[in-house]
Amino acid sequence: MAEQEYQKYYVPEQSPWPIVGAVALFLIAVGAGNFVIESTKGESGFGGWILLAGIVTLLVMLIGWFNNQINESMNGMHSDQLGRSYRQGMSWFIFSEVMFFAAFFGALFYARVIAVPWLAGEGNNAMTNEVLWPGFEDMWPLTKTPGGTETTAMGWMGLPLYNTIILLVSSFTCHFAHVALEKEQRGKLKLMLGLTVLLGCIFLFLQVEEYVHAYREMNLTLQSGVYGNTFFLLTGFHGMHVTLGTIILIVLWLRIMKGHFTPKNHFAFQAGSWYWHFVDVVWVMLFFFVYIL
Amino acid sequence: MSTATEHAHDDHHHHMPTGIKRWIFTTNHKDIGTLYLWFAFIMFLVGGAMAMVIRAELFQPGLQIVEPNFFNQMTTVHGLIMVFGAVMPAFTGLANWLVPMMIGAPDMALPRMNNWSFWILPFAFIILLASLFMEGGGPAFGWTFYAPLSTTYSGDSTALFVFSVHIMGISSIMGAINVIVTIWNMRAPGMTWMKMPLFVWTWLITAFLLIAVMPVLAGAVTMVLTDKFFGTSFFDAAGGGDPVMFQHIFWFFGHPEVYIMILPAFGIISQIVPTFSRKKLFGYASMVYATTSIALLSFIVWAHHMFTTGMPVAAELFFMIATMLISVPTGVKVFNWVATMWRGSLTFEVPMLFALAFIVLFTIGGLSGLMLAITPVDFQYHDTYFVVAHFHYVLVSGAVFSIMAAVYYWLPKWTGKMFDVTLAKWHFWCSLISVNVLFFPMHFIGLAGMPRRIPDYALQFADFNKWISIGGFAFGLSQLIFLAVVIKACRKQGEPVSDQVWEGAEGLEWEIPSPAPYHTFETPPVVK
Amino acid sequence: MKNTLYGVLGSLLSVTAFADSGAQKDQYQLNLSKGVTDISGQVYDLHMLMFYICVAIALVVFGVMFYAMYFHRKSRGAKPAHFHESVKVEIAWTVVPFIILIFMAVPAAKTLIAMEDSSKADVTVLVTGSQWKWHYKYMDRDLSYYSLLATQPEQIQNKFAKGENYLLEVDRPLVIPTGKKVRFLITSDDVIHSWWVPDFAVKKDANPGFINEAWTRVDQPGIYRGQCAELCGKDHGFMPVVVIAKDPAEYEAWVSEQEAIQRKAKEEEQKLLAMNMSMEELMSVGERVYNTSCAACHMPNGEGLPGVFPALKGSDMALNDMPAHIDIVVNGKSGTAMQAFGKQLSLKELAAVITYERNAWGNNTGDTVQAKDVNAVMNGQ
Repeated sequence: MAEQEYQKYYVPEQSPWPIVGAVALFLIAVGAGNFVIESTKGESGFGGWILLAGIVTLLVMLIGWFNNQINESMNGMHSDQLGRSYRQGMSWFIFSEVMFFAAFFGALFYARVIAVPWLAGEGNNAMTNEVLWPGFEDMWPLTKTPGGTETTAMGWMGLPLYNTIILLVSSFTCHFAHVALEKEQRGKLKLMLGLTVLLGCIFLFLQVEEYVHAYREMNLTLQSGVYGNTFFLLTGFHGMHVTLGTIILIVLWLRIMKGHFTPKNHFAFQAGSWYWHFVDVVWVMLFFFVYIL
Repeated sequence: MSTATEHAHDDHHHHMPTGIKRWIFTTNHKDIGTLYLWFAFIMFLVGGAMAMVIRAELFQPGLQIVEPNFFNQMTTVHGLIMVFGAVMPAFTGLANWLVPMMIGAPDMALPRMNNWSFWILPFAFIILLASLFMEGGGPAFGWTFYAPLSTTYSGDSTALFVFSVHIMGISSIMGAINVIVTIWNMRAPGMTWMKMPLFVWTWLITAFLLIAVMPVLAGAVTMVLTDKFFGTSFFDAAGGGDPVMFQHIFWFFGHPEVYIMILPAFGIISQIVPTFSRKKLFGYASMVYATTSIALLSFIVWAHHMFTTGMPVAAELFFMIATMLISVPTGVKVFNWVATMWRGSLTFEVPMLFALAFIVLFTIGGLSGLMLAITPVDFQYHDTYFVVAHFHYVLVSGAVFSIMAAVYYWLPKWTGKMFDVTLAKWHFWCSLISVNVLFFPMHFIGLAGMPRRIPDYALQFADFNKWISIGGFAFGLSQLIFLAVVIKACRKQGEPVSDQVWEGAEGLEWEIPSPAPYHTFETPPVVK
Repeated sequence: MKNTLYGVLGSLLSVTAFADSGAQKDQYQLNLSKGVTDISGQVYDLHMLMFYICVAIALVVFGVMFYAMYFHRKSRGAKPAHFHESVKVEIAWTVVPFIILIFMAVPAAKTLIAMEDSSKADVTVLVTGSQWKWHYKYMDRDLSYYSLLATQPEQIQNKFAKGENYLLEVDRPLVIPTGKKVRFLITSDDVIHSWWVPDFAVKKDANPGFINEAWTRVDQPGIYRGQCAELCGKDHGFMPVVVIAKDPAEYEAWVSEQEAIQRKAKEEEQKLLAMNMSMEELMSVGERVYNTSCAACHMPNGEGLPGVFPALKGSDMALNDMPAHIDIVVNGKSGTAMQAFGKQLSLKELAAVITYERNAWGNNTGDTVQAKDVNAVMNGQ
């Protein structure tokens, strides 16, 4: 291979940000741990403050680190090879996120296909039902648990359906924004990305509405047995990812307003849009397995 | 091949920083590798100290030294530290040092993230260790933290355990992404996939496993957290959950995790055996395929840890057969190593001694693993010391010995000086003898019926337990010799070594100067 | 009343004494025991088959390896050969192990299927684990009881010499008939336990909220000992399983006798409601009950384990709130390790132990709790 084809791979100087990030995660872990203990016991303590300090430190770290990164990129220090590293790194990160959701989808499938039918006496568990849970019947959504907790199932019509449409549309607007960026249509880019952010915010607003409705009127809570557990943890973690995705898109939009990104050099935009599409796909899975089936 | 290390300095070439800042702010793969290795060693000694407490209590029947509750904390934290604090970081440290040098890359692909991955770990383990001093003590539910012992029936420290596992997981995932991207994207021109050293191959696959399963562990601990503190009932039948579901999720992580801790060891042995046999590795391609198939199979065997949980018989049969299948590619590896030695020209330097001990002792552990796969017999072995013997054979005389072999093999390259061979041989022979005194009798007491994780035992197990404890103390003390060797080497004592270090060593890392310069391959070499 | 209690105690003691006369275990047992059932024999044979195959594989592999280590040493002038692959050999050592595996899997599958078929049982026993004891309920009879570790704490604390069956002895073993298929329905009240008798090759996890099934058919009368095999908290090492197999006639007689004793004890209990016991009697019975049922968690000195098990000494509930105190002992506290003792202890024992807790270790409330007070809480009055 010819030497001249070789581009220098950028190995950064020493950086203070990783250790700041490590301290931030330390504070978050200690703070969250203590906050959970204190809040569930109704005690007062420093957990919440430590957690807050950790989050602030993390934000400082992110801003500082990304600033370095953006400056390097704008100064042309990033080679194509480095761009590939970033893209691959982002893809593997999204894969790890997929596996995180897989754990909760796995719990959902296990509960509904195995645990609940077994409690109702299927498989090799006839005696489980007869001796321990007489009268318990297999059903999904599990509106009456073996322990007797009752709840109502969340239907897929109405809010969930609107939210699905909103997220699907936002995936398209995000894609159009990307196309516009590559075609150097800055006006369309700003519009489409702004629209995506707006749709993301509407989604989150409706999701909160749905939770309020579930808690106030449907008696569907985090404590409503395994149906409520999987419902709230899956939609909740998804909601957190939408929040994060929306923040990423807002930052991208601000950078676009400052004139960042070129048709060729826009890794950050690509990563953000991948992330948005990932969040969207997870929602479609959720809509199908949590709401419809 | 060109060894392009003395290239012209360009505008952002770094002078070597000094002092504490060098280590805290570093982006250099060699520095970070060193940090990982020292951290792993310290954790190995801390976890080892806990093992000493366990063995001291079990030296005689009756309760002598610790309370049962504290004993459970020791077994739990010993396991967590050895898995997440010693073996995994040690392998990551080796990957940091070696992968860029082996594939001709200037550094890891994402150097700053690399530093972040490392520095999370000390903090995570500070949290875990500090939780031992909380009111009610630290985690006492075994490193597998089965619900509901870890949920409804655990202490407050569970919350800290959960979040410390979360950030360990973040560290592992970022470390793994870095390795995988480095290997995928940073190979020198001409370094095709099937020319990569096996250590690189095994780490590539390990990194994939890590990214696939660490998030699942994060999910499992999250459910433990919500079950304990927020009233969910994932693992509670009254709410429609199932305690066994926890085990399914945990072992879906846990079994690939087992291979995360042994695949890099396979890679190390596959580097060392050819060197000291002065012969190319036998069956390179089949080694790659075997590693890949072990990794893939690891996703469909998890429930062999759960044969006694009352799964339907069809599931038990499936997991039995899938598990037995793993012995085929594993066997291929062992046969290949032996075939590499066959008609070679063997010498027995310290790394080779550890590698040979690895092959024999790991195979013993592998064979007892095959016995454990047989469901009806596993009912007798399950949760006895037979299992403890099995996984310590594959993890201590397997993974840990391979790490020691790797350190002795590459240490001269790192420091430029030969380590103290006499001391190292003492370390090897003391470790080899004591590790067997320690773990071999565990097979017997396990078969005779001694359950795991008990602080006191029936009288018929007394004599063997005494021997096991003596072996344990001896093994623990032997590691202090290792510490001495490493400290001497780090202080640059000893004879200077050549670039190749070992007659018969091949690969890019043996073509750069010894000690390896701070920056290597700033311009990539061309591999023919 | 007293006589009945002594009768129960006496019969328990005789069982324990009998249990103690079992053959001493081999100090240097190296291998799995063959056990006493057809299945355990099959399991043993499978184990030995696997073992021999593994030893044979190891001998071949290590033999070749050590041969190479000796004869292909550089110091003997060995020159390295140049081969580094051979498709034939590699295929051979992939296929041959595969065939060996099939040879192992077939008998294993047969045994496994037999082990998991618990249908057509003659006797069914519900085995319930709780921290840290076993409860046995004969499903087709009117008999159920708890089985607790019988080893004295002083032996564990190294104050007394350890007995022959140290940690493997219980106050009331499970009794099963020989020659009959006995089905075990295994579950748990709290965490996961695992019911294990090596001689039967039966080990099944006791999962809370689910019932697992296992079975055995024991041909020889005898005493068979095992332990809890799944980490279940602090005293995981102290909840043994002891099973006595008696021939069917003796078994039948034993069950009938026990049923009668339990029925009589219940009747006695009703009479007790009208009586008041003295402080001395309550305290002496209470101390005994406390040490067997409560001291594992709340500690013999009543101080508990800070952060894990609350102290009773000086606790607000034990000093002031008697109704709450009776309620928590009788009904337990869900979501914690505090069990419901209402079904484990008699009214008298409950009354005594609550009295004890309110007056021991300087709690000195002077309160006495009587059986009728406990009964009132039990019946929700």
